[in-house]
Amino acid sequence: MSQLDIKDLHVSIGEKAIVKGLTLTVRSGEVHAIMGPNGTGKSTLAKAVAGHPSYTITSGDVLLDGRSILVMEPDERARAGLFLAFQYPSEIPGVSIANFLRAAVQARMGEGEELDAAAYYKRLYSKMDLLKMDRKFTSRAINDGFSGGEKKRCEILQMAMLEPKFALMDETDSGLDIDALRIVADGVNALRSTNLGVLMITHYQRLLGYIVPDHVHVMWDGRIVKSGDKSLALELEAKGYDWVKTELVPA
Amino acid sequence: MSQSPTTDTLPPTAGDAAANAVQGIDQAAGNFSYKMDYAFDAGTGLTEDTIRYISSVKKEAPWILEFRLNALKQFRAKPMPTHWATKDLENINFDKIRYYLAQGQKPKRTWDEVPDDIKKTFERLGIPEQERKFLAGVEAQFDSEAAYSNVKDLVAKQGVIFLNSSEALREHPDLFRKFFGKVIPTGDNKFSALNSAVFSGGSFIYVPKGVKVSHPLQAYFRINAENFGQFERTLIIADEGAELTYMEGCTAPKFSTSTLHSAVVELVALKGAKIQYITVQNWANNVFNLVTKRGVAHEEAEIKWIDCNIGSRLTMKYPGVVLKGRKARGEVISIALANDGQHQDTGAKMIHAADETTSNIVAKSISVGQGRSTYRGVVHIPKHLKGCKNNTECDALLINTNSRTDTYPAITVRGDANSVQHEASVSKVSEEQIFYMQQRGLTEGQAMSLSVNGFVNDLATQFPMEYSVELKRLIDLEMEGSVG
Ligand SMILES: Nc1ncnc2c1ncn2[C@@H]1O[C@H](COP(=O)(O)OP(=O)(O)O)[C@@H](O)[C@H]1O
Ligand SMILES: [Mg+2]
Repeated sequence: MSQLDIKDLHVSIGEKAIVKGLTLTVRSGEVHAIMGPNGTGKSTLAKAVAGHPSYTITSGDVLLDGRSILVMEPDERARAGLFLAFQYPSEIPGVSIANFLRAAVQARMGEGEELDAAAYYKRLYSKMDLLKMDRKFTSRAINDGFSGGEKKRCEILQMAMLEPKFALMDETDSGLDIDALRIVADGVNALRSTNLGVLMITHYQRLLGYIVPDHVHVMWDGRIVKSGDKSLALELEAKGYDWVKTELVPA
Repeated sequence: MSQSPTTDTLPPTAGDAAANAVQGIDQAAGNFSYKMDYAFDAGTGLTEDTIRYISSVKKEAPWILEFRLNALKQFRAKPMPTHWATKDLENINFDKIRYYLAQGQKPKRTWDEVPDDIKKTFERLGIPEQERKFLAGVEAQFDSEAAYSNVKDLVAKQGVIFLNSSEALREHPDLFRKFFGKVIPTGDNKFSALNSAVFSGGSFIYVPKGVKVSHPLQAYFRINAENFGQFERTLIIADEGAELTYMEGCTAPKFSTSTLHSAVVELVALKGAKIQYITVQNWANNVFNLVTKRGVAHEEAEIKWIDCNIGSRLTMKYPGVVLKGRKARGEVISIALANDGQHQDTGAKMIHAADETTSNIVAKSISVGQGRSTYRGVVHIPKHLKGCKNNTECDALLINTNSRTDTYPAITVRGDANSVQHEASVSKVSEEQIFYMQQRGLTEGQAMSLSVNGFVNDLATQFPMEYSVELKRLIDLEMEGSVG
C-alpha cells in the first residue's frame, strides 16, 4: 500500500506561476481524474511531480510514502515508482523500443544483477499482445514516425513493462480514434490493481467512460476547485467549463 | 642518447586488479600505465641524431636511413597547416617529445613469452581473449615496438604475411619497398613527413592473390609513456582478388602533458581486391592524433574505411581512397565523438581517377558540451571521366547548446557524365528527450549515451558484432563521464 501526496504545490515556469497551491492524495488502487480546460496547468503539475528541470517548485511538497521526492532526480523518482505517460512523447531516433525498455528495466535492477533476456522478451511480447501492438514495433525507434495513437499505445506499453506504483497519465486519450481509445483503455484497465495508483489527466469526459475513476477533480487556473466522484465528470460534461468559471471559481 | 633510463609513468590506478572478464576488447579500461625500463630511448627532441639512433637500433638498410633523413628535411620545411586547421597545433612542442622507446626485445609469438607488465596491459584490455575468440592474427604494439605478434597457422599457410613494419623491412624488403610511400608520399603533409622520419612499428600485411582472410587481423596500439610520440607505419597490400578485414584499436592513459600519435597508413587493393579497415580509437584527452590514411583501389577493387574516433585532444584524420581503376569503389564510414575539451576534425577524401568509379561517404559527428567537431570532405571527379558516382552524407548531433559543428564539404565534380549526391543534417538532443528517458529510470548519462548510440545505430549495425559492442561501450563510458 503506497501513497502519493501532493501538498499545497506551487509551480512556476520562469517567473510565471502556473500551479498555485494544489493538494491531492492518491493511494494504491485508486484512479483519480483531473479535468480542466487547456492551459490550466495540468501538464505542468504532472511534469513538476516527475521532476522536469524547467519547472520550478516554489513551495509545497510531493511525498511518496511519506518521503519528499523533490530532492530526487527525475530518474530516481522514476525508479522509486513514478511513471509519467506523456501528453507529447519524445521521439528518440535510432533507439528501438526493445533496447530502450531493456535499459529501463535493467536500470531498476541491483548492481551485478543480469537481466534474463528470454524472460524479458516473453513479457514484452505479452504486453504488446495486450495492447494489440505488432511485434515489429519492438525494433522500431521509440515514437519515431509513430502516429498519435501508436505513441499513446507505446506509452502504455512502457507503463506495463515498468510496473510503477503511481502513473500520471497526461491526456492519454487525445488523438485517439474510438478503436484506439478502447485498446488503450482496456490496456490501462488490465493494469489497474491494488498496487497501482493512477492520476488521469484529461479535458474530456470521453475517456472516463472507459476508465472509470474513483475520484474526479476539476482544475482551474492552477488549483483544484472541486472534487467529487465520477458523477462530477458527467456534471462537468453537461454544464461545461463556463459553469466552473462562474460557479466554482472564487471571485 | 642514453640507454636504460628509468621511465616515470603513472602508478597503476585503483581497480588495477579488476580482471577483464567482459567480452570484446575493453578499450574503456585504458586509463592505467606501468612503470617501465626501456632499453632503448632516443631521448627528448628531434634531430638528425635521433633518426640515426632509431635507424641503428633497428639495424636498418642504408636506403631507409636516407628515406628518414630526407623526410626530416621535409618535415622541417613544411609549415603547420594552421591557415586552415586549428591553432591548437601550435601547442605541440616537438622538442619535448620522446620519439623512440623500446625494451629491445623481439616481438613474442605467444603471450606467455611477453614480459609481465606488457602482458598485464594487454590482458586488462582483453586482447589475448579476443584473439582466441575470433581473430586471424594479432599485432600488439607497446610504445614504439610490437610486443606480441602472431598469425594463426591456417592464415600463415595461405601465404598471408602479417608482421610489424620493422620486421617486414628486414624479412620482405623488396615487397615492402615496392609499395612503401607510394600511396602517401613523404611530403603529403607535415605529419606524414614527421612519420616518415621517425616511424616505428605498425603493421605490414600482404594477402596473396585470391586469398580471402575470413577473420579479422587485429592491431593494437598502446601508448604507455608520458610525453611520448607514437609513429606507427602501416602498409597493407591485397593482391588481385584478395580480401581482408583489418582492425586497429588504440589507447593511452591520461597524462598531465600531451602525447602525440602520428601514424601513416597506406592501403593497396589490386584488381578485384577488397580491404576493410576498421579503427576504434579511444585516446586519452591529451593526445594529439594526427593521422594520414589513404588507399589506392585498382580495377574493380574496393576499399572501405570504418573510422570511429573517440577521445583525444585533437584528431585530424581524413581517410581517403584514390579510385585508380575502372569500377573501383571507395567508402568511408566515420563516427566522431567530441566531448568537452576535444576537437574532432575528421572527414574523407575520394579521388576519382577512372571511369565508373563510385564512392560513398557517411560521416556522423557528435559534439558534447564544449566539444567541437568538424567535417572536411574532398570529392574530386575530373571532367574527362564518365559514369562516376559519389554519395556524401554528413550528420551532426549536438548535445547541449555550446557544442559546435562545422562542415566543409569540398566537392569538385566536373563534367556532366557523373553524379553526386550530398546531404547534411544537424540535430540536437533536446532537454525534452533527456527528460523523457530519465522519466523511464535512466540516468542523465545513460540517456545521453542512448541518444548517441541511437544516432550512430544505422552505421554500427554494419560493423562486425565485436566492434559494435566495443563502440557502444566506449560511447557509454564517454557519455556517462560527461555528466557533471
Ligand atoms: N515550457 C513552457 N514555457 C512557458 N510556458 C509554458 C510552458 N509549458 C506550459 N506553459 C504555460 O503554462 C500554462 C499551463 O500549461 P499546461 O500545464 O500545459 O496546461 P494544460 O496541460 O492544462 O493544458 C499555459 O499558460 C502554458 O502556456
Ligand atoms: Mg496538457
